[in-house]
Amino acid sequence: MEFIEGMGLLSVTPDLVLMWGIGLALIYLAVTRQYEPLLLLPIGFGILLANLPLALLMAPEEGLIWHFYHYGIEWGIIPPLIFLGIGALTDFGPLLSQPRLIFLGAGAQVGVYVTFFIAYGIGFSVEEAATIGIIGGADGPTTIFLAAKLAPHLLGACAVAAYSYMALVPIIQPPIMRLLTTETERKIKMQKGRKVSAREKIFFPIIAAMVIILIVPASAPLMAMFMLGNLFRESGVVDRLTDTAQNSLLNIVTIFLGVSVGATMSADSFLRKDAIFIFFLGLFAFMLSTAGGVLLAKLMNAFTSNKINPLVGAAGVSAVPMAARVAQKVGAQADKKNYLLMFAMGPNIAGVIGTVIAAGIFLTMLK
Amino acid sequence: MTEDVLAPLSGNVWKITVEVGETIEEDDEVLIIEALKMETPIYAPCDGKVKEIHVKEGDTVEEDQPLLSIE
Repeated sequence: MEFIEGMGLLSVTPDLVLMWGIGLALIYLAVTRQYEPLLLLPIGFGILLANLPLALLMAPEEGLIWHFYHYGIEWGIIPPLIFLGIGALTDFGPLLSQPRLIFLGAGAQVGVYVTFFIAYGIGFSVEEAATIGIIGGADGPTTIFLAAKLAPHLLGACAVAAYSYMALVPIIQPPIMRLLTTETERKIKMQKGRKVSAREKIFFPIIAAMVIILIVPASAPLMAMFMLGNLFRESGVVDRLTDTAQNSLLNIVTIFLGVSVGATMSADSFLRKDAIFIFFLGLFAFMLSTAGGVLLAKLMNAFTSNKINPLVGAAGVSAVPMAARVAQKVGAQADKKNYLLMFAMGPNIAGVIGTVIAAGIFLTMLK
Repeated sequence: MTEDVLAPLSGNVWKITVEVGETIEEDDEVLIIEALKMETPIYAPCDGKVKEIHVKEGDTVEEDQPLLSIE
């Protein structure tokens, strides 16, 4: 009798079954469509696990995945470690070669702030609104980092929204980019930037970390690890550390990140109409950020003879390198001999920094 | 007259789609560079004949490195 009462099967509710459906749908998208599989696969499985009654995997102080979540995400450890890996993978060369493109990475944060005000206006708390707005940066680890600090109950939905929109960058962005540019603008060939020396690339992470953290101290955990990873890479003397940061360590923390984020999505926290708003607002934020980058590039063109192809402005969202690839593809459709990829990497990387700073500003204001 | 095709971006030479001696037209694909896990086709800047290919498949190329010469 006790065994039968202890079986989870008898405690299954329709809400739980619906959550299984969502988890399975993410696994399906990851496997068949390869939508961000490294994240959506463990997230999907995490959702399944969190909604198996009586398994208590997410029970505070007790459950296995709760421990992953508590020490990894609530303590804010895993997202900065992801940034260590991203830093080791990032070449700041394209950014340093044309420093003015940094502005585009900042311009593409417009969706974050506008959506913050809209979400606040329609009744979300100020902390929730910030967490929803940051989806517009299309940066998974930053979204998770901010959500864990400000609105943990929205973490699952915001993370899934951010990663879904990252996967959908090639579908969401091109229509907006075409709408806001003329054929002539899309054909603009950009002048090569200056050559960047190896020494500059070593100095950059050191100086950037100091300046940004001095100005926005709350961005320190993510920014410090991002720049440390990059210093590993550019120093050229610690190949073993670079390799570990960008491969093994990044893979290890990705596993714990994915399954923990998925496991935050229990039926009672996720199946509320908030979740639907989050997906819509997040999408809106992301679209607005894309438009913001493109329009800022056009504005900059009004003041300079060295024209910027406005398509690279759309890469100011921080989905690296998907957004840069999209700029290349849309540009090549207008003129196949226009190679925008490396130009677009500048705003793309600036976008990552921009989103981290935006998160830091929210933390400073709200914490 | 010889014109060099320079690499418009750094990356790996994924595939060379022309041979020495081949006659090509402007906008023909000459090779594919892989960068950021994306294949970027490189197109001929002018009509002509492939005089020399300076790289082979799998090579890492830097921006502005000559890839091939067309005459």
